[in-house]
Amino acid sequence: MPALSRWFIRASLVYLVLGLTLGGLLLANKGLGFYPALWRSLPAHIEFLFLGWMVQVVLGVAYWILPRLGGKAPRGIEWLAFLAFGLLNLGIWLSVAQAIFLVDGLALAGQIIESLGAVAFLVAVWQRVKPFGGSA
Amino acid sequence: MPPLTRWFIRAALVYLVIALLCGILLAGGSLWGWSLTGVFPVYVHLFVVGWLTLMIFGVAYWMFPKYSRDRPRASEGIGWAVFVLINFGLVLRAISEPLAGAASPPLWGWLLAVAALLQWLAGVLFVVNTWGRIKER
Repeated sequence: MPALSRWFIRASLVYLVLGLTLGGLLLANKGLGFYPALWRSLPAHIEFLFLGWMVQVVLGVAYWILPRLGGKAPRGIEWLAFLAFGLLNLGIWLSVAQAIFLVDGLALAGQIIESLGAVAFLVAVWQRVKPFGGSA
Repeated sequence: MPPLTRWFIRAALVYLVIALLCGILLAGGSLWGWSLTGVFPVYVHLFVVGWLTLMIFGVAYWMFPKYSRDRPRASEGIGWAVFVLINFGLVLRAISEPLAGAASPPLWGWLLAVAALLQWLAGVLFVVNTWGRIKER
């Protein structure tokens, strides 16, 4: 498993715990009603589990198992894939920050940065979506 | 494919079907004006926990690099505990959330809290058991 996949998957596991912790508190609060202000963390729960956990575990596994290219860059454009990892995580935290600090515009910035991260990953691995041993 | 992975993937497929049946219920409910408090979050979580997360857990348990020669999948016991806890938690949620919304006697609220705890524990144990397998080979 290459280094970037390890980064993606370890990060996804951290987000899984963060997202489940918020989700567990939200669900328990729904049943017992001990702290109504917890509902403000619903966007963070969704962001951590969709983008943080699911998207990143899938990207990490894809970067690991997609067919490799010949030559000096077998896993595609490596720096761009690393950039995708950075952008996605920056975007996640900006989106979550809006819910915490109630500053307008942070979620929009986060979504734009996440989208750029997705584009970076797409470009980085596009050539690897091919038959094993074949050409793109 | 190890037995635990087969259980995870079969359960995931069953949740996919149940989630879609909930979707039918929700669509019918909005058409005929049924009161379906608490069913929408159950529908969403049957998808994202039952279908997607169980599928990921099962495939990861199968395909990630081996932990060691003696214990290729780290702790099998923890793996099974994850499977049992997440299923109990999710099913308990699916039953108690609509009932907590409809009738709201305290019992259903407490059962929701138990469902939350079981699923949280399953996720933490999955991370504990998987972390050592995130390595080069």
